Amino acid sequence: MKVLMFGWEFPPHILGGLGTASYGLTKGLSQQPDMEITFCIPKPWGDEDQSFLKIIGMNSVPIVWRDVQWDYVKSRVGNYMDPQLYYNLRDHIYADFSYMHTNDLGCLEFSGRYPDNLHEEINNYSIVAGVVARQQEFDIIHSHDWLTYPAGIHAKQISGKPLVIHVHATDFDRSRGNVNPTVYSIEKNGMDYADCIMCVSELTRQTVIHKYYQDPRKVFTVHNAVSPLAKDIQEIVPRKNPKEKIVTFLGRITMQKGPEYFVEAAAMVLKRAQNVRFVMAGSGDMMEAMIRLAAERDIADRFHFPGFMKGRQVYEVLKASDVYIMPSVSEPFGISPLEAMQCSVPTIISKQSGCAEILSKCIKIDYWDIHAMADAIHAICTYPSLYEYLRDEGKKEVDGIVWEKVGVKVRTLYDQVLRNYGK
Amino acid sequence: MKTICLYFEIHQIIHLKRYRFFEIGADHYYYDDYANEQGINEVAEKSYIPALRTLIEMVKNSDGGFKVALSISGVALEQLEIHAPAVIELLHELNATGGCEFICEPYSHGLSSLANEDCFREEVLAMRKKIKDYFGQEPKVFRNSSLIYDNEIGGLVAGMGFKGVLVEGAKHVLGWKSPHYVYHCVENPNLKLLMRDFKLSDDISLRFANSEWSEYPLFADKYIDWIASLPDNEQVINLFMELSALGIAQPLSSNILEFLKALPVCAHQRGITFSTPTEIISKLKSVDMMDVTYPMSWSDEERDISPWLGNALQREAFNKLYSVAERVHLCDDRRIKQDWFYLQASDNFHFMTTKDTGVGINRGIYDSPYDAFTNYMNILGDFIGRVNALYPVDMDNEELGSLLTTIKNQGEELVQLTNEVNKLQAKLKQAEQKVKESSTDDKPVKAAPKKAATTKKVAKKTDN
Repeated sequence: MKVLMFGWEFPPHILGGLGTASYGLTKGLSQQPDMEITFCIPKPWGDEDQSFLKIIGMNSVPIVWRDVQWDYVKSRVGNYMDPQLYYNLRDHIYADFSYMHTNDLGCLEFSGRYPDNLHEEINNYSIVAGVVARQQEFDIIHSHDWLTYPAGIHAKQISGKPLVIHVHATDFDRSRGNVNPTVYSIEKNGMDYADCIMCVSELTRQTVIHKYYQDPRKVFTVHNAVSPLAKDIQEIVPRKNPKEKIVTFLGRITMQKGPEYFVEAAAMVLKRAQNVRFVMAGSGDMMEAMIRLAAERDIADRFHFPGFMKGRQVYEVLKASDVYIMPSVSEPFGISPLEAMQCSVPTIISKQSGCAEILSKCIKIDYWDIHAMADAIHAICTYPSLYEYLRDEGKKEVDGIVWEKVGVKVRTLYDQVLRNYGK
Repeated sequence: MKTICLYFEIHQIIHLKRYRFFEIGADHYYYDDYANEQGINEVAEKSYIPALRTLIEMVKNSDGGFKVALSISGVALEQLEIHAPAVIELLHELNATGGCEFICEPYSHGLSSLANEDCFREEVLAMRKKIKDYFGQEPKVFRNSSLIYDNEIGGLVAGMGFKGVLVEGAKHVLGWKSPHYVYHCVENPNLKLLMRDFKLSDDISLRFANSEWSEYPLFADKYIDWIASLPDNEQVINLFMELSALGIAQPLSSNILEFLKALPVCAHQRGITFSTPTEIISKLKSVDMMDVTYPMSWSDEERDISPWLGNALQREAFNKLYSVAERVHLCDDRRIKQDWFYLQASDNFHFMTTKDTGVGINRGIYDSPYDAFTNYMNILGDFIGRVNALYPVDMDNEELGSLLTTIKNQGEELVQLTNEVNKLQAKLKQAEQKVKESSTDDKPVKAAPKKAATTKKVAKKTDN
């Protein structure tokens, strides 16, 4: 079975959870013996792992015919793409795009990030997808997140193959209800055209059904999983002060993540316990407000803001923690608690997070219930058996949540879609 | 001749309230009065009252042929006193018929038998006294909380003068043996064991109203036929269950009470009788000893103590609770003793179970085992603080015990001495009285000079 996937991020150059999820999902799916995956991203860097799939960089797909030499093409795109593919793609240019701003290879440039002209990039991505869809052979199309829905629809219209879309988040999660109408319309359009909608949690599935008016029969829940830790990360020796407990919040400091509830709970804990430190790692538009709030509550000496962390730093912080907390107001899935549990850190999550649906060896609270949150933090820091139980059982539980199983589930859905398609 | 031993247990936990850690040290009241009142009333109304009425009627209509055994945990009895005295009246009525034997169990429905001998003894004796006070019966048979039993507990119970114990007929203990005989304890052959027939008991308490069960609907004649078809020399059929099975676990709409009423009639037709545990113990001889090395219970498929002490959380809570057992035992603060009983109830530990039994657990106000653990540990934190405040923490329990004994002895000595002083003073008074009496004759003589003196004074005054 051949799958054409459209995505926006792919490790190691990632900006959020989407890249991690895309990688895990494709890796899990590739465990199926007859699975061939072609993954399109706006801008490959050349250091992506291509052992189990083929990556097409949308910034190397020509949409305007240019007469270029093999050697030149090889020197430009050779480190992540076979030059022959460039010529094959060039044979499938379907319209005159010479009015557009293209480079010397006849390709459009992409930032591969989330720039201010995001809507333009989305549109360009969809134009390029037309070429890819004409050239590639595939049985099914799979689009990740709303940025690539237009490309998916385009590919479906050209090829007549079924479209699966993967909802990693909706605009309702990102905006606490104040949806951006442009984004909403792109999302809704993608869902309307899709033959199958995969949601990362039941929570998201309900949003898709009720807010986007989709037929429940084509909306399925496919929970995310987590990739095993790399060896060098496993070997990080946690730096711990036995006299102090560290409670960590890790993520964007934005409204969606509920940081203010964490600060309030911290203030309550610190009224009784002196040996606890709180860390709010990350950056975001609410960071300054949170620093101010911590100062107002008079806990700034025990409440730290180390800023944005990435890669190895994330795991160093996690391993040094005694409690991980994710008080998200609305979280479609939330992969970070799973990563914390992999590092043997007891975890507290809000019931409003998608991952709460598949985790049981962690403490779940309502994001607004700061009393319960404070109580849970205090309990893990005070009662060794609770700490040890959540540490060990949590690790065991999360080790059983693997992408391979998700791959099997996705495959079953593919088969189902193909069987019913056109009937 | 076969005989059925029917026994029901009455127990309701005292619910703990939501107790956050910031309240530790500030709030010493741990209970959810509303939940308690509402809970006990619901059970009383739906189960206890109709079930007890039925039992009374059955005893009265059977001419002494139908007998039943009951046990009540102390905490349940306290709640019934406060919130549902009607149940106690019915218990008295049932007791008055003479067809009911009361069995003793630990006051708290707790796990002290696994932790601390003194505490266990204290609460069993407290319960025995309470039953004596209430119903005038001296219980001779014992059942532990959730039928927890092993050899050691058997030895302990025998030491307290009990003649029999109700235990689970667990397969891993019985092996090829049948639960339909009387066995005895390894540590003390005088203590007889009645083994619960879990299949026949659960048919009533667990499956009766289940329409998916292959034997549904179960009628009394079919049920008695099962018992009658057992081999002839298997004579004792022990049916033990909670009283709330009639009405709560199996709703009254399933006609479970009608089923119960029909049992004596059907049994009579097939020559099967009903007996109380004491009757069985005094009439039948033990066929063999029963070696129970590890504690067993009537809960879950494993029939062990894992529902309460299966995970690390439960064990920490358990160890923390009983770490102050000796101190509590030594003290005589009434509020602490009362909290001690309420906190021990095994249900508190069951709320923390993480076992997947396939059967849903009612966790009360808690939505997860961690929540239950946190809340309980917070309360325990406060409780232990109070216990530690009673006596200096750094003092050895033994030392403290001997000091307390000294204080107690000195107190007694003081009382004795005061008594003696009083006695002596009384004697002295008597003696003085006697002296007075003997000198009454001289009184007028004594009085006379006084008068003379006064007159003298007056005279002097007048002189001036």
